[in-house]
Amino acid sequence: MTNGKSIGDTLLRVDDVSVSFGAVAALTDVSFEIREREILAIIGPNGAGKTTMLNVLNGVYQPDHGTMTFNDRTYTRMRPSEAAEHGIARTFQNVALFRGMTTLDNIFTGRTLKMKSNLFMQAIYWGPAQKVEREHRQAVERIIDFLEIEEIRKVPVGRLPYGLQKRVELGRALAAEPKLLLLDEPMAGMNLEEKEDMCRFILDVNEEFGTTIALIEHDMGVVMDISDRVVVLDYGRKIADGHPDVVRQDSAVIDAYLGVAHDAA
Amino acid sequence: MLFALEVAISGLLSGIMYSLVALGFVLIFKASGVFNFAQGAMVLCAALTFVRLLELGVPFWIAAGITLIVMMVLAVVIERIVLRPLVNQPLIILFMATIGLNFFLEGLAQGVWDAQVHGLQLGIDDLPWEPLANSTGMLISIFDLSAALICGVLVASLGVFFHKGRIGRALRAVADDHQAAMAVGIPLQHIWAIVWAAAGIVALVAGALWGQRLGVQFSISLVALKALPVLILGGLNSISGVIVGGLLIGAGEKLAEVYLGPIIGGGIENWFAYLLAMVFLLFKPYGLFGEEIIERV
Repeated sequence: MTNGKSIGDTLLRVDDVSVSFGAVAALTDVSFEIREREILAIIGPNGAGKTTMLNVLNGVYQPDHGTMTFNDRTYTRMRPSEAAEHGIARTFQNVALFRGMTTLDNIFTGRTLKMKSNLFMQAIYWGPAQKVEREHRQAVERIIDFLEIEEIRKVPVGRLPYGLQKRVELGRALAAEPKLLLLDEPMAGMNLEEKEDMCRFILDVNEEFGTTIALIEHDMGVVMDISDRVVVLDYGRKIADGHPDVVRQDSAVIDAYLGVAHDAA
Repeated sequence: MLFALEVAISGLLSGIMYSLVALGFVLIFKASGVFNFAQGAMVLCAALTFVRLLELGVPFWIAAGITLIVMMVLAVVIERIVLRPLVNQPLIILFMATIGLNFFLEGLAQGVWDAQVHGLQLGIDDLPWEPLANSTGMLISIFDLSAALICGVLVASLGVFFHKGRIGRALRAVADDHQAAMAVGIPLQHIWAIVWAAAGIVALVAGALWGQRLGVQFSISLVALKALPVLILGGLNSISGVIVGGLLIGAGEKLAEVYLGPIIGGGIENWFAYLLAMVFLLFKPYGLFGEEIIERV
């Protein structure tokens, strides 16, 4: 899928990142990079450390050692709100929407950092604040159009079916106009049609906005179709990194997914 | 008839005093989805600090200022030590933490100051308002009127601050899902510190007004119990709901005491509010203005 679009320089580099929870090593010396405008898939069997990796990237977990270099600045840790300020947005494996709020309001929260007016000014000068609100409303409406969720604009998201909730969550992440978009299993639990829609949206985001995307996905068909590059984790270590067609043939990857003879139970 | 009106008005005004305490609960509930068990202890803390400073000879407004600062520092410390480590934990754990906080603050306040009963005079007389008494014969306390006025101003300003656009949305977002709120860049920690500080300020006002009425002592933390029915009527997450809830409870219990009291025996004032709350729980569990929880089944 590298046709036409130009993959740029490294946007984010992960160097020797290790994370452990007590005695469990979730990630061990993982290094890889995400390049501008590419779609990178992180795959691996259950418990391989994929979600932990995303949690490190947006600051939920602090690595025991190792660094991340984002936009030429190196961090040993950043807090989730800092990651958001630097332009890293994400969605969650188990949809993490604000359930009592409408689709519109959920997507609005994604613009928190774009709405520069100070919290206090917002409360006091409410004329200018209204103007700001209107401008952002336009941006939010563009996203709603883009994701084709006009009909559910005013519906509290807690009432929506799962597939649509995932789409609203993508919308909230897009509202931040991120440089890097992290998607944790964007297609989990979806039917075929919903998956195809989601694939289309991910590809469109990547092409139209030039957003760099790193995603975790279990559906191999999807991974091979949409990603430019694949990183494979197994037991917290990186075992392969490359073009989908190359990774597919990799013997370590095949072993990890199918099990090797000596530890087949 | 005039008597009934007088009873109703004094009931409404005393209800506003309950609203004042309920307001602190609502603020914290809105921002974290948690019932703050320690609100009563915060009222005690604020009132005790204030009255002891006054007794030490600190001028009124400076004492008020210092207490205000103490309550704000307390909010920041609570956020840093108690709340921050509990981000992303189930809400019940946050709730349990506020129970612990309650005992800690009660102990702290009485340990630093003392456990004696202190009289507090705010310089507002608890006497009938003369012009009204002279023209209509109704005896309505100046203190009650002032308290209602103060409470109204407080509710209106907090209502404006916490309801509009982005802040209102940020509060609801934080209450709904900590992790997602942080991921979209809402500064969860700051919001909690601000809201707890606001609840601390409300506690000071409530503590001072109730302090004059009851004397500042341990039992002042029990006024929180009277705030519970107000919350149930008004809705746990509605700032304007506390006013309506307070008015209904206040007027209801006073009228019941006066008109039902002779029929079924006195003391109705002590339990009528809870009965009203129970009836509400049966028919309108989210209160009059509370946000209904939406679940997909």
